[in-house]
Amino acid sequence: MILGLFDDPDEMMHGIEKLQKNSVPIYDVYTPMPIHGIEDKLGIKESRLGYAAFCFGCLGGSVIFSIVYYTLVHDWPMNIGGKPHFAMPNFVPFTFEWTILWTAFGMVFTFFYATHLFPGRTPRVMDLRATDDRFVIAIDAKGNIPHDDITRILQEAGAVEVKHNDRKYVSYE
Amino acid sequence: MASHSESIIREPLITGKNITYAQITNDVLFPVENKPNKAWWIGFIAASMGATLWLFAMSWTFWYGVGEWGLNKTVGWAWDITSFVWWVGIGHAGTLISAVLLLFRQNWRNSINRSAEAMTIFAVICAATYIFGHMGRTWLAYWTLPLPNQYGSLWVNWNSALMMDVFAISTYFSVSLVFWYTGLLPDISAIRDRATGLRQKIYSVLSFGWTGSVKTWQRFETVSLILAGISTPLVLSVHTIVSFDFATSLEPGWHTTIFPPYFVAGAIFSGFAMVQTLLLVVRKVLGLENYITMFHIESMNKIILVTGSIVGVAYITEFFIAWYSGSEYEQYTFLNRFIGPYWWAACMMYGCNVLMTQLMWFKSIRTSIPIAWGLSIVVNIGMWFERFVIIVVSLHRDYLPSSWAMFYPTWVDVSIFIGSIGLFFTMFLLFLRVLPSVAIAEVKLLLKSSSEQAKKKLIEEGHLDPEQVAYYKESLTKFDSVELADYDKV
Repeated sequence: MILGLFDDPDEMMHGIEKLQKNSVPIYDVYTPMPIHGIEDKLGIKESRLGYAAFCFGCLGGSVIFSIVYYTLVHDWPMNIGGKPHFAMPNFVPFTFEWTILWTAFGMVFTFFYATHLFPGRTPRVMDLRATDDRFVIAIDAKGNIPHDDITRILQEAGAVEVKHNDRKYVSYE
Repeated sequence: MASHSESIIREPLITGKNITYAQITNDVLFPVENKPNKAWWIGFIAASMGATLWLFAMSWTFWYGVGEWGLNKTVGWAWDITSFVWWVGIGHAGTLISAVLLLFRQNWRNSINRSAEAMTIFAVICAATYIFGHMGRTWLAYWTLPLPNQYGSLWVNWNSALMMDVFAISTYFSVSLVFWYTGLLPDISAIRDRATGLRQKIYSVLSFGWTGSVKTWQRFETVSLILAGISTPLVLSVHTIVSFDFATSLEPGWHTTIFPPYFVAGAIFSGFAMVQTLLLVVRKVLGLENYITMFHIESMNKIILVTGSIVGVAYITEFFIAWYSGSEYEQYTFLNRFIGPYWWAACMMYGCNVLMTQLMWFKSIRTSIPIAWGLSIVVNIGMWFERFVIIVVSLHRDYLPSSWAMFYPTWVDVSIFIGSIGLFFTMFLLFLRVLPSVAIAEVKLLLKSSSEQAKKKLIEEGHLDPEQVAYYKESLTKFDSVELADYDKV
C-alpha cells in the first residue's frame, strides 16, 4: 500500500486529480470528515439507501395498519357509543410512528450491512491519523509501478508524508 | 466544498488563533482522555446522590404502590404526569437542533448537536421512568403492547391517546438513539485510533469498525439527511400526541384544539432552555469556548425568545377562547387559575415563561452568560409550572363543589422529581467523560470556511467591502473568546 497523507482537504483533492491525470488507480480515500464533491471525482455512484428507507417505511406503515385493523375491526370489534369500528383517524398516529420507526431502523441497518459495520468488527485502518488530521489517499502498490513516480506525484500535490506500508492494515495487532 | 469562503458578514462559528484539525480533536477529546477535574467530581457526586434518591423513592413506590403519592379522588393525575411532560418537552430541543437545523443548513448546530442529542436521550429516559412508575404494577408494563393474551382476545385500546403515547415515545426514543449513535461512529473511531490497550479495544467494538472511507462517508451523509428528514415530523408528532392525552378528554382547560401546536412550541422552548443550562456550564468547565461561542449562545437565546413568545400568544388565545366559548365551566377554569388557591402557580407559569423571556429582546441580556443562564433556569421552572397549572389546577375544582380538593405532593412525589434531575445529570456527566461532547467531524467541516482565523485571513488579503469588514468587526465585540486587539491592525 502506498499512502499519500495530506493535511489539507483541498490539497488532497488536488492530489486525486494529479493521480488520475497520470492514470494511477486509487484504492480508496480515508478522511476524518466528509469531503463534498469527492464522489464525483472518484466516480462513485450515488447511494441507494434512500430507496431502502422508502421501502422499509412503507412496510412499517402497512404492518401496523394491518395490526390495528385486525385487532380493532376484525378480531374483536368493540361497540363504543355506536361509533364505527373502522375509525381511520385513530389509525393515523400508529401508522405514522411505525412508518418512521421502520424507515430509521431499516435504513440504518441497511447502511451497517452494506458498509460492513457491526460491533466488534476489526477496523481496517491504514493510518491511525486518518480519523484525526490526515487526509489519506491509498494506492495499491501491487501493479502500480514505478513506486517512485507515485511518491513524486503525491509529494508534488502537497502530501506532507508518503508511506509505503508492507501490511495493508496497521490496526491488526 | 471546503475551499469556498463564506460571506464576511456572517459571524464566525469557531474562534481562536491557529486552530488546526488536530487541535479540534485534542480539545474535544481532552475530557475523554484525561482524568476529570474537581468541578466534574463535585457535579457527579451531587448528581449521583440525586440518582440514589430517585432509586429509593421509585423503589418505595413499587413496594407500597402509587398510594404513596399525593393523589386523591379529585386530582387523580398530578405530579407524575407533570414531570413526565416536562422531561419529554425538554428532550425536543435535541432533535430540533440535530434534525430541523440540519434541514435548514444551519451550520452553527454542528458544535452543539451532539450534547443536545445526548440530552434528548437522557431526558426521554427520565420521562419514561414516570410512565413505568405510574403503572403501579410495573412488571405488567408489557400489557401496553398488542400481544395475544389469555383474556379472550381482548386487545389494547387503539382509540386511546395513551396508547398513541406508547408508540410515539418509544419510536421517538429509539429513533433518537439510532440517530445519535450513528453520528457518534466517526468520533468514537477518533478516540479508538488514539487510544491504547483496553481502552482501544472497548472503543474499537463501539466504533463498529469505522474507517472513514469515501463510500462510508457518502452513505453516512445520506443516512444523516434522511434521519433528519424523518425526525422532524417525528418530533412534532411526539408532543402533539402527548397533548392528545389532555386534548381528547372533555375536561375544561384540557379540551382545546390549540394544544398540539402550543405543546410543541412549549417543548422546544423548554428544551432550548435546558440546552442553554447545560452548555453554558459545559463550555466553561471543559474549555470549549472556541467551539460553543457567543454566536451559539445568542442564537439559542433568540430561539428561546421566539418560542417563548409563541407560547405567550397561545396563552392569550386560550384565555380569549375560554371567554368567547360562552361556556361557564371553561370560563371558570381559566379564571380560577388567578383567583383560585393555586394563583401562585399561575403567576410562576405566566411570569417565568412570558414576562421573563421578553427580556431577551435586549442584546446585552442575550449575550450575558450569567443572565442567560439564570433565565434558562427561570424558563425550566416556568415550564414545569405550566404543566402543573394545566393538569392540577384544571382538575382540582371539578363540576361538583363538594368534591373540590387540593393536591399536596408527598415526599415520594418530590423525591422522584428531584431524583430524576439527579439521574439526568448523572447520565449527562458520564456521557461527557466517555464520549466526545462535540461532533468532531462536523466541526472540522467548518474550520476552513466559517472559523475566525479563516475570516481574518480574508480580511488581511483585502478585496473585501470595508463596510462589511467594519460590520464583522463590530459583531465580534460580543464574543468572549476573541481577542479584539488583533483586529486593530487589519
